Amino acid sequence: MTETAGPEKVRSADQIGLSAREAAAPPPRDAPPRDDGASWARKVDRLEVDHRDGVRGTNVAGRRLTGPVQGFGKMWQKTYRMNAGTQITPEAAIAVWREHFPEFWPKGNRFAGALTGINPGDVALLDLAIGGGVKLSTGVFVLYADAESFTLMTPQGHMFAGWITFSAEREGDATMVQAQVLMRANDPLYEIGMIMGGHRKEDKFWVATLTALGQRLGLPAPQVEARNTCVDTKRQWRHSRNVWHNSMVRSVLQTLAAPVTSLSRHRHGAKSQA
Amino acid sequence: MGTPMLSMDVRRFGQTTAVVDIKGEVTAACEPMLMSAYEAAGGSATSRLVLNFAGLEYMNSGGIGMLVTLLVRANRQRQQLAAFGLSAHYREIFELTRLDEAITIYDSEESALDGAVR
Repeated sequence: MTETAGPEKVRSADQIGLSAREAAAPPPRDAPPRDDGASWARKVDRLEVDHRDGVRGTNVAGRRLTGPVQGFGKMWQKTYRMNAGTQITPEAAIAVWREHFPEFWPKGNRFAGALTGINPGDVALLDLAIGGGVKLSTGVFVLYADAESFTLMTPQGHMFAGWITFSAEREGDATMVQAQVLMRANDPLYEIGMIMGGHRKEDKFWVATLTALGQRLGLPAPQVEARNTCVDTKRQWRHSRNVWHNSMVRSVLQTLAAPVTSLSRHRHGAKSQA
Repeated sequence: MGTPMLSMDVRRFGQTTAVVDIKGEVTAACEPMLMSAYEAAGGSATSRLVLNFAGLEYMNSGGIGMLVTLLVRANRQRQQLAAFGLSAHYREIFELTRLDEAITIYDSEESALDGAVR
């Protein structure tokens, strides 16, 4: 062990240029400390999936969750923000969003979650339209949910490794509603896809989703502002083997194999009846 | 954006290691504070940054996102990021989000500093 010259307390909060309000230690409270115990999902190692009607339900069971640390591509923070007006509170906006989440998705995409809405620990199955009549089957895990925000995290094989946080807060008199994606493309194939129009498609997806939410909240002409920031330009080549789990490749193969699988299942059923 | 219910103090150990004592609520609103603390900890001159979460009272998913941003910044400068003082609940959140694969978690400040200079 090397000798250390310390501890040397070099800076306190106010010495590092924080405002007086931020620097107060401990901060003044007019409310008891918040409790996040019930808002976080319990730890899972691999995802378990229940059958859900209307989606293929593949590429999720047994997969691990992936955060931005496990992804391959450049790291992006994408923020989609909408002014929801003065009439609705942040809590009311989030309650509507959590309860009716799938209804705001653009046409052609399916989100099959729990019937009770969005709750910590839930796994939702997704079928996403990727063109050519092919659906990309994947899922999301509800990482966090409280009255003001909720967060979905992606599994291995999803287009991106990361999470999406949906939140609402007061800004002046207005309630601002926001979806924020913190992500890296999960593997080299997805990274190419993101560059070749994937980012644009994703922007369109979330702008359409927020617009639909705004309409449900009674806004006459919802305006959504999108802002994309590249947080890390480095690609994580050590995670290039994530491509093994690629749900797009697997979904295409599953679609091609579907007639054979269906015939085999049909034959097996006929034999059992005989 | 709400008022951050948070305070941060920075302690330095030698030229290369700094400990940031985090007390209160960690949310996305605290990002400017954390980045100021990072600069106060020596910025790129520090090779190892240790986060003390013993005073952590509340953290939402925005707070975890903010730690990822700090991690990117530290990685860019080839700095190690470590943590100690996490309760069982928050340690589970680090494992759930797989942040523990990039931020080494220690049981105590002593072991975190020992890891720092080994």
